[in-house]
Amino acid sequence: MNAARAPLIGRSVERKEDHRFLTGVGQYTDDIVLPGQSYGFFLRSPHAHARIRSIDAGAARGAPGVLAIFTGEDLAGIGGLPCGWLIKSVDGTPMKEPKHPVLAEGKVRHVGEQVALVVAESAAQAKAAAALIEVDYEILPAVVETAAAAASGTAVHDLAADNVCYTWSIGDEGAVTAAFARAAHVTTLRLVNNRLIPNALEPRAANAAHSPGDDSYTLYVTSQNPHVERLLMTAFVLGIPEHKMRVVAPDVGGGFGSKIYLYAEETALVWASKRVGRPIKWTAERSESFLTDAHGRDHVSTAELALDAQGHFLALRVHTTANMGAYLSTFASCIPTILYATLLAGQYATPHIYCTVQAVFTNTTPVDAYRGAGRPEATYLLERIVERAARELRIDPVELRRRNFIRKFPHATPVGLTYDTGDYDATLSRVIDLADVAGYAARKQASAAKGLLRGLGYSCYIEACGLAPSNIAGALGARAGLFEAAEVRVHPTGKVTVFTGSHSHGQGHETTFAQVVADRLGLSLEDVDIQHGDTGKVLFGMGTYGSRSLAVGGSAIVKALDKIISKGKKIAAHLLEASDADVEFEHGEFRIAGTDRKKAFAEIALAAYVPHNYPLGTLEPGLNENAFYDPTNFTYPAGSYVCEVEVDPLTGKVRVDRFSASDDFGNVINPMIVEGQVQGGIAQGIGQALLEGCRYNEDGQLLTGSFTDYALPRADDMPALAIELAPGTPCTHNPLGAKGCGEAGAIGTPPAVINAVLDALAPLGVTDIDMPATPHRVWEAIRRHAR
Amino acid sequence: MSAMAYHRPSSLAEAAKLAAGDPDARILAGGQSILPSMKLGLLAPSAFIDLAALGELRGIRADRKSVTVGAMTTHAAVAASPEVMAAIPSLAKLAAGIGDPQVRNRGTIGGSLANSDPAADYPAAVLALNATIRTNRRALPADGFFKGLFETALAPGEIITAVEFPVPNTASYVKFPQPASRFALVGVFVAQTSTGVRVAVTGAGPCAFRVKVLEDALARRYAPQACEGISLPSGDLNTDIHASAEYRAHLIPVLAQRALA
Ligand SMILES: Cc1cc2nc3c(=O)[nH]c(=O)nc-3n(C[C@H](O)[C@H](O)[C@H](O)COP(=O)(O)OP(=O)(O)OC[C@H]3O[C@@H](n4cnc5c(N)ncnc54)[C@H](O)[C@@H]3O)c2cc1C
Repeated sequence: MNAARAPLIGRSVERKEDHRFLTGVGQYTDDIVLPGQSYGFFLRSPHAHARIRSIDAGAARGAPGVLAIFTGEDLAGIGGLPCGWLIKSVDGTPMKEPKHPVLAEGKVRHVGEQVALVVAESAAQAKAAAALIEVDYEILPAVVETAAAAASGTAVHDLAADNVCYTWSIGDEGAVTAAFARAAHVTTLRLVNNRLIPNALEPRAANAAHSPGDDSYTLYVTSQNPHVERLLMTAFVLGIPEHKMRVVAPDVGGGFGSKIYLYAEETALVWASKRVGRPIKWTAERSESFLTDAHGRDHVSTAELALDAQGHFLALRVHTTANMGAYLSTFASCIPTILYATLLAGQYATPHIYCTVQAVFTNTTPVDAYRGAGRPEATYLLERIVERAARELRIDPVELRRRNFIRKFPHATPVGLTYDTGDYDATLSRVIDLADVAGYAARKQASAAKGLLRGLGYSCYIEACGLAPSNIAGALGARAGLFEAAEVRVHPTGKVTVFTGSHSHGQGHETTFAQVVADRLGLSLEDVDIQHGDTGKVLFGMGTYGSRSLAVGGSAIVKALDKIISKGKKIAAHLLEASDADVEFEHGEFRIAGTDRKKAFAEIALAAYVPHNYPLGTLEPGLNENAFYDPTNFTYPAGSYVCEVEVDPLTGKVRVDRFSASDDFGNVINPMIVEGQVQGGIAQGIGQALLEGCRYNEDGQLLTGSFTDYALPRADDMPALAIELAPGTPCTHNPLGAKGCGEAGAIGTPPAVINAVLDALAPLGVTDIDMPATPHRVWEAIRRHAR
Repeated sequence: MSAMAYHRPSSLAEAAKLAAGDPDARILAGGQSILPSMKLGLLAPSAFIDLAALGELRGIRADRKSVTVGAMTTHAAVAASPEVMAAIPSLAKLAAGIGDPQVRNRGTIGGSLANSDPAADYPAAVLALNATIRTNRRALPADGFFKGLFETALAPGEIITAVEFPVPNTASYVKFPQPASRFALVGVFVAQTSTGVRVAVTGAGPCAFRVKVLEDALARRYAPQACEGISLPSGDLNTDIHASAEYRAHLIPVLAQRALA
């Protein structure tokens, strides 16, 4: 390619990966059948909390097709599943880390905990045999309620008699207390951030094989970060040398966080594959997904906001109890601390913030990151209390927000973060136009004429994405670095394969990353392939979560591309008999500045691999470069959302009528993909606000264990969306100026919806409602005030 | 799921004989209720007696007085039937609101009635329209057919062959869906029939039932306003994670009113 073509960056090119998905030729873990394939089934605990007196697998061992049965006793020698982030309590003691066994040892601690692994010739035989295993349980009282866990009197783990994993704090308590003493007004709020069940379209699955020839393992697994999976499983649990295991995360049908973690199932399969001498495959049934995919959210919080007489925020004080579930999942401990409390400044210049977080164990499914991870919880709390303060002070909620916006950057918050850039007035002004707030009064009247209550709610969110500067993360307790790696392999013909440590499971990296590469090298999109998700191909990777792929993974690719271009210049200089410094690279051509002497990218690639005329004395042949990129700061996407609802006061039914979003993601590579990410996030946000609520009964039985009782948003729950990507304030510290967009919708949406519902109900005297605001809940809130 | 027998009888008599011969066998219609129960391990029949080959159980016949729907007629067929749409449009609308397209293309009216799910839609129509349920043995009146939770007046092995709906003067159904399953959290069918006003409710109790106070009020005046101010006792109504008995009691007159609006 030579003549300058229009850049691909910024264009909504169609997704390269969609052809294989739409024509049904994607390769998911469950599609993979290995020679000699056998199948695993996990017998799971029917009780939330029980002592295992004995397990009798005698009859099951003799059942048709059974190859082996393993229980916790067989695996007692191996390690527990590790937690990747050490949080220290206020008193300096480390968090309580009870062993998270691969198969239950002595006790079960949540319904669905894996008690035995049955391996058989077919999945049906494994399942039928599992039904023959007799487990003698001594049922124990269950700890279920988040808020009551610490005082329940029953211990989930002996190690934590009061069920407290840690009590952590951030901020200057003294300064906050002093600010409250000066306050003209204090707004208080108690709220629950409802527990969610992720429900990726593709259930979790794994297929593990041992190769006796070199004593190595291959694991196919639905993972968002195969290298991390391998590192944790080999080094911390099974003691397998890291280089003796290959982890492949092939096409993965959605993750939302739930496929970040190292789970027991794949670990047990890897261990058992050597004992059985056959590859073992397991695919979760949907009921297993409900019971065992790490859940999200589950906070109970009280918050107080101190304001001066003019409505300036003086201080924010928050106490949150966060449910960890029965065991610490891989990143559980950092979600309600590092990814939550640090976000409590939001878009506001609140000078003092103090937050304490008590993390508790309960007899429920482990809780970990779910789309947004901590940041939705922070945003919900903040945007709810800001809206309530506006109502109490009779200040317009837009005006109150504007009075408190951060306008000078960089801005250091009192909770540890330094925002590099942003323009919160711009996104708020834009969304007010998009939402036609000017026409709202007329629409409200029209609704009233139909007997319906209309309400409008705002939400101004910020998130910290691009996880994470490794040194900052390390200081905060991370047990790993959070950089990203990339390799750019230029083939002799000038075609390019890029290996990225990011993983794509719906995000479209194969397209977005290719756009970046094609533009930098002056190639067409077809000349670039992106490979990901295989430790056997990709040098290293920390994976995809926390809206980090483009900002961190993409930046690593850019670094590797810079090295390619720099080496290409040297080769070109040699071929053109010029000095390196005189060679420019643009539009796929190396050219001696100011002349028409040039070499095409493909010619340089060929020269690198057929080094007949080549500076062999000073330069290695080949055109292949690796890079690692560690960000210097988080990125700070931000935006403003407006939700408009209609509430039917007789039934309590909430209908989202319109939803508008103005998002600042910095530079955008593919607007269509980004808008799709925002749409999906908004759908999940509406789901959390109006539909989704995980419920346990007092015995710890999951009451919402299927789609019959757990409501996910459907197409007709969605309003028309007006989404606009703001011209934006590019990130100042990564080479792409990109901030990340994957979680924004799920973060910004819930408070906008609930604020709208409360606005609609305000004339009836309703000032509070918890999520999900189901018709029943709304009706009850109305009725409470009518009495 | 364990091994089981599968029969596909070619006559009603053969189906009845198979059913009589094995008390643990189950009739299979659309499979949209029975298969989910089996997958959840709630049911393990010894055999299926699949009615799919019995063409005489499929189809819709209508005249000026009544609409007769064969037991094996799918929800989709009822929803799309010009005869039903002309004679009892509310019945077509009800069928169109059951489940999703896959469920409507498999599920049948006979299966729905035999199953008597507390939240199923058809039972409300059958009761409110004063339909007759025809079986291989007899004709059963709607009143008294629904006995309780998943319980009907059908004898063991008895097979529904058709449902005959008298054409009402006017009728209307309003369903308030449970947010997750979209079965009826409460559904109210209101009809003005030759035997008077009938109001039937589904979703709120162990099975569909009629509501006398609403029928009386609407008999005096068949208009939305007649439902105002009526409050129903919640004592016998369902409470679950989606709705309290009080909420369901509250919704019944509200939905009845909307049915008339
Ligand atoms: C996802 C989903 C959503 C649904 N949503 C709704 C909804 O919104 N509203 C609603 O009303 N229903 C709903 N259903 C249920 C659906 O309507 C079923 O089709 C219906 O309840 C059963 O009909 P079937 O033909 O599938 O019966 P089957 O499942 O085949 O049988 C059900 C029972 O009836 C018996 N039976 C079947 N036919 C006869 C007969 N002719 N004589 C005697 N016994 C018989 C069977 O032995 C069995 O016990 C839903 C189902 C699913 C899976």
